[in-house]
Amino acid sequence: MSKEALFGKTLSELQSIVIDLGLPKFTAKQITGWLYQNDITCIDEMTNLSKNARLILNVHYDFGLTPSSKVQESVDGTKKYLFPAGKHKFIEAAYIPDETRKTLCVSSQVGCKMGCLFCMTGKQGFQANLSAGEIVNQVRSLPEKDELTNIVYMGMGEPFDNLDEVLKSLEIFTSDWGYGWSPKRITVSTIGIVPAIKRFLNESQCHLAVSLHSPFEAERKKLMPVENVYSLPEVISTIKNFDFGRQRRVSFEYIMFKGINDRPRHVKELARILNGIRCRINLIRFHPIPNTPLKSSDEKTMEEFMLALNAKDIRTTIRASRGEDIFAACGLLSTRELVKRENSDY
Amino acid sequence: MSELKKYLVKSNDEIAPGVFVLKYKRNFSFVPGQVVAISLNKDHSPRMYSIASGMQDEDIWILYDVRPGGLLTPPLSSAKAGDFIFASGPSGNFFGTALPSTWIASGTGIAPFVSMWRSGLREGKILIHGGRFVHSFYFEDEFKDKLGTNFIRCCSQESAEGLFPGRLTQWLMEHDNLPADRKYYLCGSAEMVVDTRDILIGKGIAYENIIAEIYF
Repeated sequence: MSKEALFGKTLSELQSIVIDLGLPKFTAKQITGWLYQNDITCIDEMTNLSKNARLILNVHYDFGLTPSSKVQESVDGTKKYLFPAGKHKFIEAAYIPDETRKTLCVSSQVGCKMGCLFCMTGKQGFQANLSAGEIVNQVRSLPEKDELTNIVYMGMGEPFDNLDEVLKSLEIFTSDWGYGWSPKRITVSTIGIVPAIKRFLNESQCHLAVSLHSPFEAERKKLMPVENVYSLPEVISTIKNFDFGRQRRVSFEYIMFKGINDRPRHVKELARILNGIRCRINLIRFHPIPNTPLKSSDEKTMEEFMLALNAKDIRTTIRASRGEDIFAACGLLSTRELVKRENSDY
Repeated sequence: MSELKKYLVKSNDEIAPGVFVLKYKRNFSFVPGQVVAISLNKDHSPRMYSIASGMQDEDIWILYDVRPGGLLTPPLSSAKAGDFIFASGPSGNFFGTALPSTWIASGTGIAPFVSMWRSGLREGKILIHGGRFVHSFYFEDEFKDKLGTNFIRCCSQESAEGLFPGRLTQWLMEHDNLPADRKYYLCGSAEMVVDTRDILIGKGIAYENIIAEIYF
């Protein structure tokens, strides 16, 4: 049986572990230093721990890093890393270098339960939640980790459907005993699971991004089944009722679909529902996935849509497409690697 | 989601191996297709469940299966009449209509359609229900007589008279000329919903006519 991983444990979890193992409490802080502030890969290299402590830890725990098993590189420098996440399961992390920003898009689940019409990951169905260690490992095992400036939770899975582990991973990224990142360099994206949005806003300082894709409930529910459970007015009202302060940011992701959500009436309704929220909208080109009935809006329409929103004082940008030749954003690589699931109940 | 309130359990019966129907007194109105959040403890994160009872039923019915290792359903399955649970008011908008429509469910995803059916949404309905075993067609007695051949039960791991042998996705793939002028309501696991939606779109059903609810 494989041993439990130390990597991905928070300081308080490690304090409980070392006390249970009969080691001094301060050992936990020493371990976090080795796990998150050094480049070692095994417990034996934790040289400021006593030999006895290392021996005991080795009996019960592994260090717990997982290297990527495959990488695809785009002509624009974007790289998609595939990480194993259990038997026959894979996740993706996309490294997106820009002039000054080097962003890693991390996954939070293997597959996804949300079933959005436009999403490739959803076609895998849901397979597993990632542990905090598996989330943080995507950064730690990245060859370019020292160059990173930003982390976005916009890879495979719905982060707020795995909130406990996502919050733990954020604690590891942002704590002094962890990676010491500013929470302002981390954005977590959700499709709008309201109770989890409330908890995230209260328990983290990181930025929030919400996948909007339509300002009309009836249209949004055809794209995103979650609308049937947590409606857009509920999502918007939750955000309006939270004080984001001066530093924290909320943004809305808006994939543009030809003839579906790119009309002037959408601009008008977006301006109405977002009135009073200091936010930004990111317009995203849709990269078609197999068997989809959706098409991307053309460049001219996107440009006009952006200008119309900016004219209504909503800061709007068109996100540059990256890694198109390797399908950087869509879960295709891991879907190809996935061994077809068995025993579905239908 | 509204605040969780305390409710007295009226019954909690196992209707198939590992599958239960929890009942508690209704003190609110709801629209068939809506969900409530259920918890055994006010401090624990609740889970969402579709209401299976009709609008006029005296009690709220919750159909659930026990997820081994889950935080809620294993202890919930031990709840007895007289115990307390916590539940929210109704929310969500997976609403059925009186118009002809096709309902497609896997497993306990049948719950919102039971509610719609018991609330009087019956005309012009086709129900396709997928399950692994012969006993997986919960509430089948509600539908069998009235729907007749418009009630299709697809059984993937056992065979019996009147059951289509295979998954509901297989049934859909084997049947052309699915009516395009109606809504298709899907409720079940993410896998079922995405696979079924792909098949329907491939058979010419407009995506606007496909409305899905996924349990998560």
